[in-house]
Amino acid sequence: MDTRFFVIWMEEITAAVRAGRDHLTRLDAAIGDADHGTNLDRGFAAVAEALAARPPDTPGGVLVLAGSTLIRKVGGASGPLYGTAFREMGKALGDAADVSAADLASALEAGVAGVRRLGGAEEGDKTMVDALAPAARAMARGVGGGGDPEVAFAAAAAAAEEGAKATVPLVARKGRASYLGARSTGHEDPGAASTALIVGALRAVAARRSPRPKSRP
Amino acid sequence: MVGIVLISHSHGLASEAAELARSVCGVDVPVAAAGGADDGGVGTSVDKVAAAVDEVDQGDGVVLIPDLGSSVLTARLLESPGSVVIADVPFVEGAISAAVAAAGGASLEGVLAAAAEARSFRKL
Repeated sequence: MDTRFFVIWMEEITAAVRAGRDHLTRLDAAIGDADHGTNLDRGFAAVAEALAARPPDTPGGVLVLAGSTLIRKVGGASGPLYGTAFREMGKALGDAADVSAADLASALEAGVAGVRRLGGAEEGDKTMVDALAPAARAMARGVGGGGDPEVAFAAAAAAAEEGAKATVPLVARKGRASYLGARSTGHEDPGAASTALIVGALRAVAARRSPRPKSRP
Repeated sequence: MVGIVLISHSHGLASEAAELARSVCGVDVPVAAAGGADDGGVGTSVDKVAAAVDEVDQGDGVVLIPDLGSSVLTARLLESPGSVVIADVPFVEGAISAAVAAAGGASLEGVLAAAAEARSFRKL
């Protein structure tokens, strides 16, 4: 996967976040401060502008620029968290001009570790980690032994979606929702939901890149 | 003197707390406010925090005092062991304790310790 692939992934995320903005904000209105959708929309719009203004020449460069932009432009807790995730992923990919699915899987694990270190959340705390960590595991499993990247990314996206849905019954132990205590149950965590969008965008880009032969009627 | 940066989601809260901390010290203690998002709304701006750190850094270290949530995460991104450190303390009481210690010429460790004492301050 080359630099262009990663730029298209960021564009796909920008579009998915724009489309999901109001949904994310509604989720955040239930247990947070009702700004997750607008914050992320602003952040990824700024990522698109930054990539157009200063096009990086490596996949790692795309992710580092995206992360640094999110940290500066989001304005809520998701900025430092997603910013750290993308920056750590970018750093893990280094200067390579082309990276494999296995490289991306290890980079995602580095991203998850960065988010955990910064926010101190573990799985089950009702945060983005509940979607991100299973996605990283699914991707690592999928690419292990040279598996098809498209299948691995689809598995990661499904794991993120499942992880996000599984936050519904949880009691929040981190972030703004944790102030609600037991009243935070019954709602999907907005950060886990946006993580599912981000990993889902990777699945979509990979699927478009390698169209499978359709069975003929 | 050790510098102090007060980081809040609210521009008003950060600037008023900084003003309060400065006014109880009587000397020109370097306390800067980094409140609100870039557009002035509720949120945190890493650029504002970085600028505030530069403003108060006199070479003796800087203590960051965040309110909560994204303020804490943003502060953590700017941490630099031994020179820019976070005090995990109540916002107003911690700011005043830290400012008083800094005004008295305390070291970075001394200011952090003074700020930490604010956790157990009783009002009655």
